[in-house]
Amino acid sequence: MSLEVIEVNGLATLQDPGRVGWRKFGVPTSGAMDSFAFRAANLLAGNDSNCAVVEIGLGDVALRALHDCIISVAGVGYGLSIYIWDFPLWSSYYVRGGWTIRLDKLDFDMWAYLAISGGVQTPPMLDSRSTYLRGPFGGLDGRQLQVGDVLRSGTPSHPLNELAARTLPEDARPVYSHHPTLDVIMGPQENYFTDESIAAFLSQEYAVSHTSDRMGYRLEGAVLSHRGKTELISEGMAMGAVQVPSSGQPIVMMADSPTTGGYPKIGTVVSADLPLLVQCMPNKSKVRFRKTTVAKAQKKYRELMGGFERIMEE
Amino acid sequence: MQSKPKIVPLGDSSLLVQFGSEMDITINQRVHALAGLLDVSPLAGMIETVPAYATLLVQYDPLVLSFSQIRNFLREKISQVEKITPRKSKQVEVPVRYGGEYGIDLESVARHLHLQVEDVIRIHMRRTYTVYMMGFTPGFPYMGKLDDPLIMPRLEVPRTHVPAGTVAIAGSQTGIYPIASPGGWQLIGWTPLRLFDPNSKTPFLFSPGDEVKFVVEDHVA
Repeated sequence: MSLEVIEVNGLATLQDPGRVGWRKFGVPTSGAMDSFAFRAANLLAGNDSNCAVVEIGLGDVALRALHDCIISVAGVGYGLSIYIWDFPLWSSYYVRGGWTIRLDKLDFDMWAYLAISGGVQTPPMLDSRSTYLRGPFGGLDGRQLQVGDVLRSGTPSHPLNELAARTLPEDARPVYSHHPTLDVIMGPQENYFTDESIAAFLSQEYAVSHTSDRMGYRLEGAVLSHRGKTELISEGMAMGAVQVPSSGQPIVMMADSPTTGGYPKIGTVVSADLPLLVQCMPNKSKVRFRKTTVAKAQKKYRELMGGFERIMEE
Repeated sequence: MQSKPKIVPLGDSSLLVQFGSEMDITINQRVHALAGLLDVSPLAGMIETVPAYATLLVQYDPLVLSFSQIRNFLREKISQVEKITPRKSKQVEVPVRYGGEYGIDLESVARHLHLQVEDVIRIHMRRTYTVYMMGFTPGFPYMGKLDDPLIMPRLEVPRTHVPAGTVAIAGSQTGIYPIASPGGWQLIGWTPLRLFDPNSKTPFLFSPGDEVKFVVEDHVA
């Protein structure tokens, strides 16, 4: 089964959960920005959660099914149409060979994930099919999808009719918002900042800058002042880590972020809230930060991930 | 005399084992020893590690392990670090074309340090450097330590594009950009060596612990 790209004007790449085990050599994890929506798309299509899917952001994409297949779409900020109908996201659909699938960008929110039952098959690079544009490697030769690309899928896990019309109920999804409050675990370099700056970080609103990308989301708001040193010797980073360079404007590390960095990290956005930040739209969304603990964050994440047990047949 | 490393959370699914806060070869060897120990005795739910100068990042799955579970496991492993000795390192000779089209900061570096360009080159070449860590972009070696007369701050405004193969310095470090990327280091030269090839069985030219010597590139066109 395969899909042909017939139109693309956004940032469309193949992504899977990311490259694991190569960060020690400086290779970014990459992978889906919104790991929740990504996982939902795969599970809805009856796939293993490590299958490669199409990630679309910043614009539209249209694909033609070359054979009958099951597709599923999850995410926010997109309208889905199949053949001549509009359909909601967070569901799986039976698509006939020859039909067109369109994902059209709406005004708010950022990323959607389109899975095909069986998963998109490409040669893995460093154990992953995720596209790392800067490499460039992974996905389709490390590049964005372009018109004429044919995405071949593996074997679906079940007969197609058993995989259609599955959905993830709205109350099992993250509560996406244009002005989310994000839980953070403070540190490890909280002590590099003045008390006033920590108070500002935990109370003021920060706008998502237009210079944000898959490497990092830059925030604009109250300046965070360092007590003294503005750099440390380089150390490992993680997605969600909030680095503050000497400008005092925070940068949150994203999927393609460098593996290591030397700016102090005031805190890290918790796993359960990362999808909320990822889906924030540059120039439009504003975020706030709220302090939490590791134990509470892990509990919140377990609860969110437990929602996948509620995928149901319609 | 070595104090116990601290284990601090970095979010809810990573932590840092802090052996120190400076660029020191003994501290760095302990970081890599712990990384090696974890490679050969993995714990279910532990995802990967990122060794750096003085810290080891450990990423784990919070659906499998709590912070205290992985912390207790790491404490036990840390107690075994002293039994691990570093492996014999690989020697790598790096041909460099100093200055010119790629080493665009060489002259300003010399001016800033009150040295002749030739002295900057001579001092950069006279040491054998150790690869302390890999990071930033695929295959980027963080090497040190530079001799004191070459210590320079980073650029105030990082460049948006530094070509692959560019040799650079910052603080007491020297490095080579493996792929075209943004960069804030001072650019002093270029090497034709390929540091990263994702299609190769051995994708990375360098590994932590390698000993690196810079030599002047033969003038072949």
